Amino acid sequence: MSQLFFGYFAGMIAITSILVVALRNPVYSALSLLVMFFHVAGLFITLHAEFLAAVQIIVYAGAILVLYLFVVMILNVAQDDRYHSQWRIAGVVCIPLLIESMLLLSGGAGAVNTGSRSLQSGPQDAIDTDNTLAIGKTLFSTYLFPFEVASLVLLVAMIGAIVLAKRDIGEHNT
Amino acid sequence: MTEFGLRLAISMTQIAAVMGVVVITVLILTLAERKVLGWMQDRMGPMEVGPYGILQPFADAIKLFFKEDIVPAGANKFLFTMAPILCLIPAFIGFAVIPWGPNQTFEVGGITVRPFVISDINIGILYILAFASLGAYGIILGGWASNSKYSLLGGLRSAAQIISYELNVGLSIVGVLILGGSLSLVKITDAQAGGFWNWYLFALPAPQIFAFVVYVISSVAETNRVPFDLPEAESELVAGFFTEYSGLRFAFFFLAEYANMVLVSCVAAAMFLGGWNAPYPGTIMAFIGLPSLAWVENTMWFAVKTYSFLFLFFWLRATLPRLRYDQLMRFGWKVLLPIALGNIVVTALAVFFYQQMK
Repeated sequence: MSQLFFGYFAGMIAITSILVVALRNPVYSALSLLVMFFHVAGLFITLHAEFLAAVQIIVYAGAILVLYLFVVMILNVAQDDRYHSQWRIAGVVCIPLLIESMLLLSGGAGAVNTGSRSLQSGPQDAIDTDNTLAIGKTLFSTYLFPFEVASLVLLVAMIGAIVLAKRDIGEHNT
Repeated sequence: MTEFGLRLAISMTQIAAVMGVVVITVLILTLAERKVLGWMQDRMGPMEVGPYGILQPFADAIKLFFKEDIVPAGANKFLFTMAPILCLIPAFIGFAVIPWGPNQTFEVGGITVRPFVISDINIGILYILAFASLGAYGIILGGWASNSKYSLLGGLRSAAQIISYELNVGLSIVGVLILGGSLSLVKITDAQAGGFWNWYLFALPAPQIFAFVVYVISSVAETNRVPFDLPEAESELVAGFFTEYSGLRFAFFFLAEYANMVLVSCVAAAMFLGGWNAPYPGTIMAFIGLPSLAWVENTMWFAVKTYSFLFLFFWLRATLPRLRYDQLMRFGWKVLLPIALGNIVVTALAVFFYQQMK
């Protein structure tokens, strides 16, 4: 049963991700991205990570993608402008990705499996009881320092965005 | 496999029952809104259809059903059709985690059934927030697909407004989550049992009165109701994002707006006002020796709380003029957001010291 769900979610993620870049209409691209976010959330649920699934939908589908759609609609991008001649760079980027996936598919599969299993075995019982509680406790005990650093980085980024967007703050006051 | 079939049948029955109740509530609301507004403005409200106009909702529904369905020239047909559905589904799907009555179970063929909640998932309130945030897609796509400037402007306004105020809704709830220690609405309402002084609106150590005010204002804004109905401001945008819609598709948007109002009221009742708990300890039914009928009383209390909250929507509509767009944004970001954040800090500190003292 879970294999079936995984197959469905993975397949849909792959198809919709391709559609995001392949579709001509930017609004349809944004919508297939929305469908993809949903299926990623579905994958999280099959892994018993309900909190992550909800956050995935709230943050990405609910906020970020709406803003994307906003921009796409206001700009009303002409279809020619959207396709820059980037395929050479894309080709160069593709080579290492291809090699990586070949490596993963051929030899490294066994090693990856054991690795993930040893990761799962530790906090298994905590995850079963309350996923959100487990995440909170881990974040504020084991990973407190990285968590605080990440929040600081986000704060700096936020201040930077406000400063860039509000160039006229000083002009109004004087 | 029979067990699976039985489970499916039970779930389907529950879903059908909840959908029925919500749709009936929406029908009542459409009439109640016009009646209440009429009385507040010293009018009678609709009086023609049926005695005192009580059959007006059916007349409205039949009218919308038989109206010609117009797709404007140059509209994106696919998205124009999808948008009302995208608006409606998120509005209805949230009801799955709302507890309507006491948290009791009974057995049917070896399966434990919870009659008053479709599904008690442990991220209940996040689930509602996640789907509520998707309602913006229907509005924004409907506005864009109509190929009309009024619709597009209405859709864009709505997107900006929903994103801004959704944040306040989420943050105002955090205080309750700290007090309740859970994201499940069933557990949160269970924790508020035993008298109105245990409701999180008044509960020690941190009464959530400010959070409740922020929640009320933000939820009015999130459902695009007066005085925050800028996406459909008649005086500026004709009718906003659904200017070009008619017939059944318009009815879908209409239904979604009212279902959202009901959902928001249910969440308010469950999170702040004790859900199905009566304002006194226990129930009268148990007191007079009929504990098996206590659920009637409890569900009635839930209905009373939800309907009083819905009445507040009409009251606001009759009282307040519409805000200007910049006032709306400034109010959301510079007034409500700091109050909500401050409430989280105060609640967290209060709960921490309360636990230390124990």
